[in-house]
Amino acid sequence: MDMRTPLNKVRGLGAAREGTEHFWRQRVTAVANVPLFLFFIGFIIKYNGKPFAEVASALHNPIVATIVALMVISGIVHMKLGMQMIIEDYVPVEWQKVTLLMLNTFFSFLLGGLCLFAVLKIGFAG
Amino acid sequence: MANVTNNRPLSPHLQIYKPIPTMVMSILHRITGGALYFGTILVAWWLIAAASGEAYFDYVNAIFGSWFGRLVLFGYTWALVHHMLGGLRHFMMDFGYGLEKELSTRLAKAQIVASVVLTILIWIVGYMAR
Repeated sequence: MDMRTPLNKVRGLGAAREGTEHFWRQRVTAVANVPLFLFFIGFIIKYNGKPFAEVASALHNPIVATIVALMVISGIVHMKLGMQMIIEDYVPVEWQKVTLLMLNTFFSFLLGGLCLFAVLKIGFAG
Repeated sequence: MANVTNNRPLSPHLQIYKPIPTMVMSILHRITGGALYFGTILVAWWLIAAASGEAYFDYVNAIFGSWFGRLVLFGYTWALVHHMLGGLRHFMMDFGYGLEKELSTRLAKAQIVASVVLTILIWIVGYMAR
């Protein structure tokens, strides 16, 4: 006989053994993305067409660098989760699905790594 | 014996239904999400260019500034704005608001209008700031 409460049964389980983690992380990063990307849009509006030195010194500012880095992290996690959902929805063949899910992870980490390195390089320069 | 799996009846798919605003916005949310996924390459490219020095930065800026580059960036802006507005609509619906038939349809229609208007506004302001 199962003595667990329904809540305990559902907590942290489900087919993928992670309960609502995917759903929740998608929402948390979505909320974070709103102000972070609004800042980025504002930044691009202000610095589009400006010479290199001006853009680099703006990105050199610790606050700006931190916000851009956070935008990269939140954005990359959000897009990885989203693409994972698309793959799981539309790819029925198991080996193809697993391959694409791995490629999704590699692609996301690669882009995230490149962006973060670039932001930190500018941030630490000079 | 006949192939049981292949003979199973299929549920009707997208093309069976008449497209309605909420459905079109839902599909567009996924399409813009997928587009933004690859659009992140542009953000990464630009950040790498800024970290690589003046010569490469100017080179990438020239590509982004060409008519084709601007077209792609305009599309990226719209996808970002549309996806963000769709996300805000989803937050509201996650909390159980705006689910009534008329209201949800009106909000879906408002989303496409707002995303186009905001995208154009962002570009106007962007050009004025130059």
